[in-house]
Amino acid sequence: MARQFLLGALLAIASLVTQAQEPIRVGAFLAVTGPAAFLGDPEQKTLELYIERLNAAGGVLGRKLQLVSYDSAGDAEKARTFAKRLIEQDKVDLIVGGTTTGETMAVVALVEQAGIPFISLAGAVVIIEPVKKWVFKTPHTDRMACERIFLDMRGRKIERIGLISGSGGFDKSMRGECLKVAPTYRVQIVADEAYGGGDTDMTAQLTKIKNTPGVQAVLNAGFGQGPAIVTKNFKQLGMNVPLYQSHGVASKQYIQLAGDAAEGVRLPAAAVLVAEKLPADDKQRPVAVGYKKTYEGRYKQEISTFGGHAYDGLMIAVEAIKRAGSTDKAKVREAIESTKGFIGTGGVVNMTPRDHMGLDLTHFRMLEVRKGDWALVQ
Amino acid sequence: MSAQFLQFLLAGLTVGAIYALVALGFAIIYNASQVINFAQGEFVMIGGMATVWLANAGWPLPAAIAAAVLLAALVGLALEKLAVEPARGASVVTLIIITIGASILLRGFATIFWDKKIHPLKAFSGEAPIQFGGATLLPQSLWVLGVTLAIVLLLSWFFGRTLLGKALLATSHNRLAAQLAGINVQHVLLLSFGLSAALGAVAGILIAPITFTAWDVGVMLGLKGFAAAILGGMGSGPGAIVGGLVLGIIEAMGAGYVSSAYKDAIAFVIILAVLFFMPSGLLGQRSADRV
Repeated sequence: MARQFLLGALLAIASLVTQAQEPIRVGAFLAVTGPAAFLGDPEQKTLELYIERLNAAGGVLGRKLQLVSYDSAGDAEKARTFAKRLIEQDKVDLIVGGTTTGETMAVVALVEQAGIPFISLAGAVVIIEPVKKWVFKTPHTDRMACERIFLDMRGRKIERIGLISGSGGFDKSMRGECLKVAPTYRVQIVADEAYGGGDTDMTAQLTKIKNTPGVQAVLNAGFGQGPAIVTKNFKQLGMNVPLYQSHGVASKQYIQLAGDAAEGVRLPAAAVLVAEKLPADDKQRPVAVGYKKTYEGRYKQEISTFGGHAYDGLMIAVEAIKRAGSTDKAKVREAIESTKGFIGTGGVVNMTPRDHMGLDLTHFRMLEVRKGDWALVQ
Repeated sequence: MSAQFLQFLLAGLTVGAIYALVALGFAIIYNASQVINFAQGEFVMIGGMATVWLANAGWPLPAAIAAAVLLAALVGLALEKLAVEPARGASVVTLIIITIGASILLRGFATIFWDKKIHPLKAFSGEAPIQFGGATLLPQSLWVLGVTLAIVLLLSWFFGRTLLGKALLATSHNRLAAQLAGINVQHVLLLSFGLSAALGAVAGILIAPITFTAWDVGVMLGLKGFAAAILGGMGSGPGAIVGGLVLGIIEAMGAGYVSSAYKDAIAFVIILAVLFFMPSGLLGQRSADRV
């Protein structure tokens, strides 16, 4: 009798101990390959790197972090399948992922139904507006990109612009947002062209914009290889009005692909791209420089804002788990929602039940490509 | 207005020349073996990716290009020897499925051997745009058009004036008769695959500086080349060229004057239209069966 009791107690203690040692499973589905690879690849690398570092420093709540990630290749269908797998088979505690808007939106219904916190790394405002209980995001929205660009255009007295966008979720969303907020900034969109996802020649669309009278600048809403080709075609056609891109091209890969044509292109982006050029008293400087040194030291590859989004997502989740004191999904969700004053690569994050992103325009910088590198526009 | 038209026309001719080269590859293999080789697009990809790989490794561009074309030709020969020849007696549908499988395999190899990133290739003679009647042209477009023209002339000399070329033509007209005339049909088949692969590779290399290259460019280019081949008449050399150029121009005009978002759909709408109304294509021979 006593022996059975002892055995039972030992088993109970053993199970408690193993429960405490059970790793915190962070699920991720990212576009590591495919047309959004230069967004997803740094995101994957960042998650791996920082989970490794966190584990080396003792983990979170005494437990190790375990990354379960899949390559959704920019495909919304695959994203949905992998998210389902993460939730049902791998039984992850939360998800950080969804490189592109299309992939993120495909997963929203699943995540809401399963009741699991999901921090998206995609751009479109539709992800958090209308606000969804379990869905959060780290990058600035496409609407903010439009606003930041229009602010810069106002400064340069630009009033009439041409718009060219792709067919992806983010592209279409950003185009819609720019059309909506343009009147507020007294900017008129006099030409509006579109190209397909895999298109390799946009000279037709740009020619039409070029021939529209009074165009003072061109805005390209998109990411991936499309904007690189638009940029090259832009130079080929000899269009010498300013070209603006979205934060979807905030990676050296864009400059590599577009080559000389990228000189003078402006885009809104997170401060992390110009980390070392930030003034000494900038609040973001320590985080930005720290991320840059850590990532580049390990991977010998230049950073991009996308890896920064993943860093912010992971750190916000980790802080939330610490505040919640457990991995209980509802508690973690509440903790994420009450994130205040978190300094990330994107800016200072202050979330509320109605704002699941928490960033404003203050830390969204305007950059210009000069001599193949990023320069901060004052 | 006409400067705009000219711009669209030039864009259409450039990409049309590429479609023409890919379509020629389809035509040559179809002629020699009645097989529609759906791995044709992958030869285009191999040409571009191999050149980028070698150029990045330090090879001078001309050497990288030559080596890449050779590599593609070898892959074409291997495809024929290992995949098509063993299945010689199988039905046409089986052979087509085999080539589709081969294309998937080649794409997989490309991601393992190279990577899944998008790669630019340096333009052959710079990127300074050339003004031409109000439109602008990239020097690379001139390369595309020039090399395609040279290849077309070379091929017509090859098929018309050399014994080997005539043997290839003979095999395409009547395989049994060609065998009886002493032509080694096996070698002819190998040659057709190698030649088509080389053509595809050249197309891939020419277009890479303008459109970048990656492990999966073969899918779309292969399908569009196939559409061009059907448009011109499957199996007809001149048809392939005409089909390619016409498809390129229609695409560019469609994007410019109708809707730019549906450019890709144009090629496939054309396939459907041709198969419905004019199955033998623009220049193909009407096939007649003895009843």
